[in-house]
Amino acid sequence: MGVIERKLPDNALTQLIDKVVNWARRSSLWPMTFGLACCAIEMMAAGASRYDFDRFGVIFRATPRQSDVMIVAGTVTVKMAPVLRKVYDQMPEPRWVISMGTCANTGKNFDTYHVVQGVDQIVPVDVYVPGCPPRPEGLMYGVILLQEKIDKMKVFRK
Amino acid sequence: MMEKGLMDKGSVEGQVTEDLMRDTLKTREMWLNMGPQHPSTHGVLRLILALEGERIVDTEIVIGYLHRGMEKLAEAKTYPQFLPYTDRLDYISSHAMNFGYVLAVEKLMGIEVPERAQYIRVMMAELTRISSHLIWLATHALDIGAMTVFLYCFREREMILDLFEMACGARLTTSYFRIGGVAHDLPDGFIEQAREFCKIFPKKAQDYDDLILKNRIWLSRTVNVAKISGEEGLNLGLTGPNIRGSGVYWDIRKDEPYSNYDKLDWEIAVEHGCDVYARYLVRLKEMRESCKIVSQCLDILEKLDGPVMAKVPKVIKPPEGEVYASVEAPKGELGFYIVSDGSPKPYRLKIRAPSFANLISVPTMVRGHMVADVIAVIGSIDVVLGEVDR
Repeated sequence: MGVIERKLPDNALTQLIDKVVNWARRSSLWPMTFGLACCAIEMMAAGASRYDFDRFGVIFRATPRQSDVMIVAGTVTVKMAPVLRKVYDQMPEPRWVISMGTCANTGKNFDTYHVVQGVDQIVPVDVYVPGCPPRPEGLMYGVILLQEKIDKMKVFRK
Repeated sequence: MMEKGLMDKGSVEGQVTEDLMRDTLKTREMWLNMGPQHPSTHGVLRLILALEGERIVDTEIVIGYLHRGMEKLAEAKTYPQFLPYTDRLDYISSHAMNFGYVLAVEKLMGIEVPERAQYIRVMMAELTRISSHLIWLATHALDIGAMTVFLYCFREREMILDLFEMACGARLTTSYFRIGGVAHDLPDGFIEQAREFCKIFPKKAQDYDDLILKNRIWLSRTVNVAKISGEEGLNLGLTGPNIRGSGVYWDIRKDEPYSNYDKLDWEIAVEHGCDVYARYLVRLKEMRESCKIVSQCLDILEKLDGPVMAKVPKVIKPPEGEVYASVEAPKGELGFYIVSDGSPKPYRLKIRAPSFANLISVPTMVRGHMVADVIAVIGSIDVVLGEVDR
């Protein structure tokens, strides 16, 4: 896709193609199981019986190579930060990041020497989900927001 | 791996046979990294395994990927302010973490907690134990390859979380306990809903048994894997269900009863298998025992009226001194050691985290086993990294 990406003129045909591509992308957002702390449990709960993330096409993958979105669920520490960046770099494009919970958003609860004050210092973040920890519904809303964002993306159009 | 010098002369195969015959084939350990981003390390645990073929000869545990400086934070917070942080230690059993902390502060200040609050605390701690063990069973089974158990366990766990939500508004990080009692009384309808859970749960526990108790794959993955004798376990500081799986009758709720555990009727769950399977059986039995405790507490709470909060001063200023209080958390012995200098903030707070102490026995357990068994061992130890790194 690299050669014609964002190169074609904006007309009815390319709009349609973009729409199809975006529909495909948003309907199968595969996140990586990147549980760091407390929020990971709510992330698991969101994937389990009651909340059932599979309805959204959100299926957790164990490897960054197969995933489209990284849900940073928990506190990012100074020791973990390089690992997180490496895992992000291993993900194929297009890739998105959801920052889940106060620790990942701002780190404010743990304003200490070993906690990164916000994951956006390391990777670009698309959606922030507030809460400590957010409820599964909160994460679900975050995913829906990300889907809306993907819907508006330009793929082939200039 | 062969040394380069040996490879040079003649054909490789011929050389290898010759070396084997002369017993000079040199082998070297291979080092394999596992984690911190690994779906089966329950968070951000990192292991470095030294392998000989596929057999593990040595294991190095690297922790600190979730070190948030809890103990240092405590020195900057007042006693009630630190309470919500204890939720985030072992985040899947937050009531038990609260329990340990408030017991330590109450012991330091000599506060008598009202009877009703005591029973509410015990009930909440036991519900937490069930939910923690359910998560353990779910993830442990998922790691080994049983997906259905995961979905079943989370279904029942949501019922417990509904109860927590009724009582304190939060699902996970509850902070329901206070120094001197609990935040507020149980809401209307709580007891009925909790009773409903106690009625349903034993049947659901039977479902888990039907799924994996005699499952051949489950048995071959767990029986006789990672054996550790009771004596060895005690020397390594193993506590909780892990040591009870090795035939040691050690449960703080029975041996050094705190709160109202001595007034309730229940049994210690002990198994003598010493392996992963025994630890699994212990936790399953514990869930049933906890369910028994919860229904007894409900019976008592229905009749017992009274305050849920003791008379505590507005500013909590414990006298100078030091204290150690421990509770039986779902993972093992959780202890809080507090040094007070008479100010509203702790001078030093040390947390004896069960997962941290239990993790030390992993190298002993996995020695001589296959790489795939490491997953089963970590699952059976039930580590929570928030507690390990603090």
